[in-house]
Amino acid sequence: MAQGVLKEGIAAARLAPEELKANFADLHAPLDRHEAQVEADRCYFCYDAPCMNACPTAIDIPMFIRQIATDNPMGAAQTIFEQNILGGMCARVCPTETLCEEACVREEAEGKPVRIGLLQRYATDLAMREERQFFTRAEPTGKTIAVIGAGPAGLACAHRLAVKGHEVVVYDARPKPGGLNEYGIASYKAVDGFAQAEVDYVTAIGGIEIVHGQELGRDITLERLRQTHDAVFLGIGLGGVNALRAEGEDTEGVVDAVDFIATLRQADDLAEIPVGRHVVVIGGGMTAVDAAVQAKLLGAEEVTMVYRRGREAMNASRFEQELAAAKGVTIRHWLAPRRVLTDGGKVAAVELEYMREEDGRLVGTGETTRLACDQVFKAIGQRLNGHGDGLEITGGKIAVDEQGRTSMPMVWAGGDCASGGDDLTVTAVAQGRDAAESIDRFLRGIS
Amino acid sequence: MADLRTNFAGIRSPNPFWLASAPPTDKAYNVERAFSAGWGGVVWKTLGEEGPPVVNVNGPRYGAVWGADRRLLGLNNIELITDRDLYQNLREIKQVKMKWPDRAIVVSLMVPCEEESWKAILPLVEETGADGIELNFGCPHGMSERGMGSAVGQVPEYVEMVVRWCKQYSRMPVITKLTPNITDIRKPARAARAGGTDAVSLINTINSITSVDLDLMAPSPTIDGKGTHGGYCGPAVKPIALSMVSEIARDAETYGLPISGIGGITTWRDAAEFMALGCGTVQVCTAAMTYGFKIVEEMITGLSNWMDEKGYASVDDFVGKAVRNVTDWQYLNLDYVTKAHIDQDLCIKCGRCHIACEDTSHQAITRQKDGKRHFEVMDNECVGCNLCVNVCPVDDCITMVPLAAGEVDLRTGRVVTGDYANWTTHPNNPMAAKPAVAEPAE
Repeated sequence: MAQGVLKEGIAAARLAPEELKANFADLHAPLDRHEAQVEADRCYFCYDAPCMNACPTAIDIPMFIRQIATDNPMGAAQTIFEQNILGGMCARVCPTETLCEEACVREEAEGKPVRIGLLQRYATDLAMREERQFFTRAEPTGKTIAVIGAGPAGLACAHRLAVKGHEVVVYDARPKPGGLNEYGIASYKAVDGFAQAEVDYVTAIGGIEIVHGQELGRDITLERLRQTHDAVFLGIGLGGVNALRAEGEDTEGVVDAVDFIATLRQADDLAEIPVGRHVVVIGGGMTAVDAAVQAKLLGAEEVTMVYRRGREAMNASRFEQELAAAKGVTIRHWLAPRRVLTDGGKVAAVELEYMREEDGRLVGTGETTRLACDQVFKAIGQRLNGHGDGLEITGGKIAVDEQGRTSMPMVWAGGDCASGGDDLTVTAVAQGRDAAESIDRFLRGIS
Repeated sequence: MADLRTNFAGIRSPNPFWLASAPPTDKAYNVERAFSAGWGGVVWKTLGEEGPPVVNVNGPRYGAVWGADRRLLGLNNIELITDRDLYQNLREIKQVKMKWPDRAIVVSLMVPCEEESWKAILPLVEETGADGIELNFGCPHGMSERGMGSAVGQVPEYVEMVVRWCKQYSRMPVITKLTPNITDIRKPARAARAGGTDAVSLINTINSITSVDLDLMAPSPTIDGKGTHGGYCGPAVKPIALSMVSEIARDAETYGLPISGIGGITTWRDAAEFMALGCGTVQVCTAAMTYGFKIVEEMITGLSNWMDEKGYASVDDFVGKAVRNVTDWQYLNLDYVTKAHIDQDLCIKCGRCHIACEDTSHQAITRQKDGKRHFEVMDNECVGCNLCVNVCPVDDCITMVPLAAGEVDLRTGRVVTGDYANWTTHPNNPMAAKPAVAEPAE
């Protein structure tokens, strides 16, 4: 029996199982063959296509769409995977509205871009369902590379290294591979265990061993890995969560949004996940939206996202903001958390200060307001966990050059932990892939 | 409101839109639905001689070619003439004509190339009160193997002979339907005129195989593992039909002969184009078979509105108006110079104009300007070929702009004279006539 949205406090099973199932179903239904044909027909096969140039992994989009249109979906999948072995996940989580689809000339022409993400999913899903592999490994090189982190950057790096004939050992701190694909995105974006299926697809090439429960700095060290391997790639992501720096943030009921999202993804039964009746999410990025929307879908009566700056400064894409609004999340701007107010040891409200911009700097106005709530999610960004011993850090991230080389010989880095990225899955894939190329050149003595 | 009524070789109809002899006109039920929808006339699907009717295949009869979004661009068929009893057809023709006296009913005929066969069937048709007959000398499949259809249409002497019999044994207007499966369409048209035909209609379908089934390794449509060539029609054949119509319209021997235009007519504009090249009526089949009879509403209102806009009170005001502007290549003005121009406000930057020009033509379109994606025509390279206009997905974004007299063609460095000078007088032409020869007078 569902407890209902009006149940006070933090409660599990607010909604009936069938409601939860419907709420957490695939956000975008996949295209069937007919829909894919109709959509593919819309592509103009542009010269030096803007969509391709907007893709961080530079997938030849017009080519793969033409291959779909000509009834050659396996050719399409190959075109995608050659540039982006995680093309299946990227088709699901990429903010296409600010990447390829924003650049689509049909966006300029008629405000309706070709739905590139869904077409990419169509082709990659088909190839993965049929277990078609498009790569064979080069002659064994005898080299072994340590990849730290089995997230998008690490997997992309490992795959490309395996293609080149190297052996790869991937070390991951968590019990399952996939990184943020497995633990860090809203459940409705990749349903039916897609992240694990994708890891299986990527590693099916062979030569990639994944070792779990190995955290850098705790179980393994960079120094040791450099001795036992021919090269090291760091794709460790951002393991730390920024603090609110607000009074009372240790109160029960104040939760890291990333933990909430991970718990949801790993839950066998969504009815077991407790959520507040009145929820406040602090932050303006994708993680904040993922937490807020899912809190609402779990049956919270009222969910409010609070962001300290204006709408245009939010890291969450326009699409994500609209998704949140459509799901019933209220987004409030120019408010920063100052205090978590408690009642009997539990969260009762957050006190927020109105903010404004002065000469480009964010300043408090001194005026405050309160939002009554029983649960608060912190989603104000993640940071590098302090493992980068001896590595040069810039802007809170591991400094890398255009090839992904760190300041330390034999060590490369990519993905969210490395400088120069934009915290997108697709960028992590591009960096991992390019670092693998650089490592390969290094090991062959080319560069 | 423009007057769309037509009088075509003595056959009157409220508008020039007829349905061609084909499946849509095989029986009273379809024809009455067509008339209810507003069609001005029909050519009843071809009748054969008395006796057991022909039989059709029981497998697929049609093959197709599609454009984007599976839009039907070309259709081919291997259906034969009517497979219904002759007398049932005749009864229905009579009934429908009595019920719809203002509409044109022309009866398509195909019987063996023998005088007796024609002599026998003509009075039967005449008795129905039909407005005229159309001689099916076009069908390229099936019937042609039996010495009929295009087998007749490809031999001008036979065409003339049969037309002569029809005029001899009938008072009905005779329309001779021509096959495009011939090298020079003027030959059968001249023969038909020599035989006394009142009009010609064209084109019939084109010999075709639309596709090959790569699993069956057989042409489509496939009948138990085999396929055969069929008759091709639909929007894809319109350019071929327009050209053949124009050949007859401007030929000295057939000049003025009424023409009923057929071939891929889908919209009012298609119809107007055929009419501008001399067609008094047009016949439609594929468009109706694709969308149903209702499309005639768009054709009627579209043609009417366009005529109002242009000040044409009746169809006769513009029928044939473009014929005088169809000429031979050698008479085209070589001193007429155009340059492509890209409207930057309309350009969506797909770059197709650039890559088409760069890879396959004259390297006359930029791909960037100041480091930004930008497509612009370089007049010093542009030969004015029009390819960029044709590949651009946006209507009117690229246009061809003629250079005025006195302007310099940056490609050749020559000043545009504004004069008319064609190949017949060009210095590079070894056959050039010494004194300037203008286009011959009509």
